[in-house]
Amino acid sequence: MVSYIIRRLLAAVGLVIVISMITFAIFYLIPRLAGATPESMAARYVGRSPNPGQLHAAAQSLGFYDPIHVQYWDWLKGVVAGKDVVTGTGTDHCPAPCLGYSFINSQPVLPEILKRFPVTMSLAVGAAVIWLVMGISIGVLSALRRGSVFDRAAMTVALAGVSLPVFWTGLVSLALFSYQLGWTPPGASYVSLTDNPLKWMHGLLLPWITLALLFSAQYARLTRAGMLETMGEDYIRTARAKGLPERRVVVKHGLRAALTPIVTIFGLDFGLLIGGAVLTETVFGLPGLGQLAIKSTLSDDLPPVLAVVLVTSIFVALCNLVVDLMYAVLDPRVRTR
Amino acid sequence: MSTETAQSPGSAPRTSSSYLDVRDLQVHFSTDDGLVKSVDGLSFHLGRGQTLGIVGESGSGKSVSSMAVMGLHTASNAHISGSIMLDGQELVGADEEAVRRLRGKKMAMIFQDPLSAMHPFYTVGNQIIEAYRIHNHVSKKAARQHAIDMLERVGIPEPNQRVDAYPHQFSGGMRQRAMIAMSLSCDPDLLIADEPTTALDVTVQAQILDLIRDLQKEFNSAVMIITHDLGVVAELADDILVMYAGRAVEYGTAEQVFNNPEHPYTWGLLGSMPRFDKAPTDRLLPIKGTPPSLIRVPPGCPFNPRCDYQPRVGSACVTDRPALVDAGGEHGVACHIPSTERQEIWSQEISPRLA
Repeated sequence: MVSYIIRRLLAAVGLVIVISMITFAIFYLIPRLAGATPESMAARYVGRSPNPGQLHAAAQSLGFYDPIHVQYWDWLKGVVAGKDVVTGTGTDHCPAPCLGYSFINSQPVLPEILKRFPVTMSLAVGAAVIWLVMGISIGVLSALRRGSVFDRAAMTVALAGVSLPVFWTGLVSLALFSYQLGWTPPGASYVSLTDNPLKWMHGLLLPWITLALLFSAQYARLTRAGMLETMGEDYIRTARAKGLPERRVVVKHGLRAALTPIVTIFGLDFGLLIGGAVLTETVFGLPGLGQLAIKSTLSDDLPPVLAVVLVTSIFVALCNLVVDLMYAVLDPRVRTR
Repeated sequence: MSTETAQSPGSAPRTSSSYLDVRDLQVHFSTDDGLVKSVDGLSFHLGRGQTLGIVGESGSGKSVSSMAVMGLHTASNAHISGSIMLDGQELVGADEEAVRRLRGKKMAMIFQDPLSAMHPFYTVGNQIIEAYRIHNHVSKKAARQHAIDMLERVGIPEPNQRVDAYPHQFSGGMRQRAMIAMSLSCDPDLLIADEPTTALDVTVQAQILDLIRDLQKEFNSAVMIITHDLGVVAELADDILVMYAGRAVEYGTAEQVFNNPEHPYTWGLLGSMPRFDKAPTDRLLPIKGTPPSLIRVPPGCPFNPRCDYQPRVGSACVTDRPALVDAGGEHGVACHIPSTERQEIWSQEISPRLA
């Protein structure tokens, strides 16, 4: 079991490194494919109307003339040891772990990430709780009453839920509940949990439900399919033959077995969501990681984008690791393998 | 002879002391293709300490009958009628909750494939403990000790450690032993074994059958063994019920059914049984054709399209359904061929071929 964990952990670290390489290569290659030269890229980082000599110096200090592996190495060194960054006006220190330096804002990326992380985390955790509870309970009920009115209605709504994009449900719910009825605060009204838990919850309620609607639809369908399969298994018949009450047969024997694939999908979904629910954050004006990625992309500020991608990949890898370990907890057959 | 009722053979003696008494049981399922008459007028009875073997091909209604006794059919799609008396209590139409309380406690079941019949995520011990504690209010510790005792009783070595193992860590035979330990944990008076040895190695089969027999003696329980393997019932059963198309075609003591079988289907089953004491070059004598559809059961005797002797009797077989009639000594046979002629066919034609 210990060696299993260590193996999975090493694999996760390897995965993150590979993802950082790929991301780095994309950000290195794409501007060049679009015809950018080291000088034109450096132009973004120096003051207005620079002369060619300044551009050349800036490009050199930014390392834009170096081959890609050297540039990657410098970036990696920054992550581990921190680095000094030459800006147009002087040098600035980016302490370790330096995930990059935003020249647009003239500051390291990490503090910005750390500031925004709780917002995204609040959104993801709250939505996840809602969609797991809703999705799984609707899925179980649908499976047990297969073919009933409830089942058909739930699955129709689920299909709609999967199909409706967040920017539509989000905007419509904002228009209705915030601006028409005034039940929830308008967009861009995030209050931190530590400042005021009630306002935090109130402000996030609509984003949570909007995001959860999308996912719970998917999870309801997944749970329903899983339950239909497990409830037909021989061990369910055995559980009934033992004289267990039906509720216990369903939850302890049926749902328990149907839960494994759901845990897998959940790990992936949750990991991705921590990297920023781009659409939800944009629609509701939440200052999270997704919003940072969008904002930075629009202003050609690549270091924060790279950092967000890296954080996302770390969380996806981490969640996958947790899923793998959960598997061993959930299914004893994995442990002995 | 054209009646639709299948009566239990003979009169009262075996019936009076019955622990389980099934009368005219019908289990029908509505499907999109029509009404499936899986069990259609089945009667049998079983006393404590007795073993009944129910034999028949796949789809003859053996398992469906046993599931009906256990109350494991869902009311939504199965239509059950007739009567199932367990220890004087009517189960057909009884409150589902009441039947649930009997399951596991008064009647228990062993299934065919112990790997799929045990939950893969829970330890063997936990599954036994669960079965025990649902009907007995004891502490977890006491239940665990009981589980260990049960595992020891069914011959699992080192039960103290094995109690914490998962089903996949057991061998097939050990799993079936654990399954038996689970079924017997509440000391049920009726044990239904649905093809208990089918999924097991031949070498293990005999051990499991011995175990069932020993435990039956120890607990003095009524045992119902469902199988398509005549070797299994020959080993264990006091009485044998041969089923075809959801009905009993022959019902008698093991001695009667093995030594003087009177139904052509039983002859076919005996002829299809591989035997060690015959030269390998001798051909088996399979029953021709396939089991009938339970939606459109052939009119008359359901076995008539496959019966070699039907031409000798003529039209009765294709028009009238034979009832299970006592052929003497509580030996019930559902066949239009006169009893004397059947005995003659058996002794003159069939028996020599099988010998």
